[in-house]
Amino acid sequence: MGFSDADLAAIWLTLRLAGVTTALLLLVGTPIAWWLARTRSGWKGPVGAVVALPLVLPPTVIGFYLLVSMGPNGPVGQFTQSLGLGVLPFTFAGLVVASVFYSLPFVVQPLQNAFEAIGERPLEAAATLRASPLDTFFSVVLPLARPGYLTASVLGFAHTVGEFGVVLMIGGNIPGVTRVVSVQIYDHVEALEYAEAHWLAATMLAFSFLVLLALYTLNPTGRRR
Amino acid sequence: MSNLLARFKLDRADFSLDVDLDLPARGVTALFGHSGSGKTTLLRCIAGLERAPGGYLALDGEVWQDANIFLPTHQRPIGYVFQEASLFPHLSARGNLEYGRKRADSRMDRTTLDPIIELLGIGALLDRRPDQLSGGERQRVAIARALAVKPRLLLMDEPLAALDLARKQEILPYLERLHEELEIPVLYVSHAPDEVARLADHIVVMRDGRAVAAGPLTETLARLDLPIHLGEDAGVVLDAVVAERDAQWQLARVVFADNPDAGVWVRDGGHALGHHVRVRILARDISLAVTRNSGTSILNILPGVVAELADDAHPAQALVRVNVGGAALVARLTRRSAHDLGLTPGQIVYAQIKAVALIG
Repeated sequence: MGFSDADLAAIWLTLRLAGVTTALLLLVGTPIAWWLARTRSGWKGPVGAVVALPLVLPPTVIGFYLLVSMGPNGPVGQFTQSLGLGVLPFTFAGLVVASVFYSLPFVVQPLQNAFEAIGERPLEAAATLRASPLDTFFSVVLPLARPGYLTASVLGFAHTVGEFGVVLMIGGNIPGVTRVVSVQIYDHVEALEYAEAHWLAATMLAFSFLVLLALYTLNPTGRRR
Repeated sequence: MSNLLARFKLDRADFSLDVDLDLPARGVTALFGHSGSGKTTLLRCIAGLERAPGGYLALDGEVWQDANIFLPTHQRPIGYVFQEASLFPHLSARGNLEYGRKRADSRMDRTTLDPIIELLGIGALLDRRPDQLSGGERQRVAIARALAVKPRLLLMDEPLAALDLARKQEILPYLERLHEELEIPVLYVSHAPDEVARLADHIVVMRDGRAVAAGPLTETLARLDLPIHLGEDAGVVLDAVVAERDAQWQLARVVFADNPDAGVWVRDGGHALGHHVRVRILARDISLAVTRNSGTSILNILPGVVAELADDAHPAQALVRVNVGGAALVARLTRRSAHDLGLTPGQIVYAQIKAVALIG
């Protein structure tokens, strides 16, 4: 027994999706988390709540609204069509966009915590040493927030690997394009192929455990002074 | 125009700052006051870490802040030492110094750090991380880091306040060397009279967000109308020169810079003849007599003239300023003694000095 070609395609697709999504999330999440950590604006509450929504909403709700807005008649769909990109649902790109929304809090919140933990003083010290704000961000904030980035990357990646509802709503079930591991397992079970389902499911279980184990043992939280 | 002009007005819910200062841009100027008097806020305004709209700040005629200009902190040619060392924890001591050196206004190569490293005695610490340094060592690295940017003005916010007594004693000699060797002006925030006495040339006394007295240290400390009460720390600081050393009794005679005829015997600190020292004489250590006493253990008895009398904080006590040659001493007496002796300005008295501290 082992993995079929379809299984391997699903695994490869899942890793690709999670990798691209995590990379995008770190890029998008950094300014959001920085703003949330530093702002005194009244918008901090509402923005923080919106970012956290995927934590509590059923994935089908997020998937549904993304589907509607990215569809041919939705605002995002109109926009992508005007750019000549077509519509995003049932494509890999659509899956990436949906995953970014779905995993956003898992990246933003660790980053925000890391930024807040740095505090004001290192930034002030850097300013008195002639570092501009941008210079300070790269030379002081990023190195000090490294544990936060590790946590954010691992959580963002693992959470994307584990999504199912959003994928089904946005991506459907197209082999090699949108059929990720979780969907593949679902298919196996539907077809009563329990052995195949076991292989994939056990792999997922082991992967998730190892990722979290690495996170908890490698991350030096609390050891810094 | 070698001066620092600073005018700031800040109104916060629990605190207000209102100062208009013209400070000499040389030597060490102490911003002295009790906690909450606004000295740190003033320092932060000068550094640009705090925004005081409508303020004015210029060093040597170069404007850093006025109605139209606000130079951000990273564009001001300052060095800043925080109360806690605030070293970057992800960099070694050397990395912290290099961080400043690389960003200094004038390009400097690595060797320019050598005299700074030497001055603060941190050569052996450079490869350690901040969490492997003691509190005193961290603060020395922090001072070196502030100097590594080649500042034109060094701002120090109670650099010793977070340290215990032993660490303070460890750092003070380095600060004194800084005082002697540094060519740039230093603003030194402190609430500790002993630090100010050892390090400062000028003093600004702060209270409730206002500068209530300012001037050269020796003159200002000899004022009897200082608006804050120093309590047991009331006393004068005098610049002096070692004039004589007595090997038999291990004593040295230091004469006051303003009047070489007047001087006091102190414990020989090993300084060479002609060496400049500072002595601090507390008001509580001086008693006054109208005739010269003999048969006393007191070594230093100086004839002088009563210049001024004033009430002290406690109604039982009075402060008396006595001119001894060109130098002024302040003595604390009970008002009853002052009355019994019939002290009046112009009267000749003998200042009996029980203790003299040789500092720096």
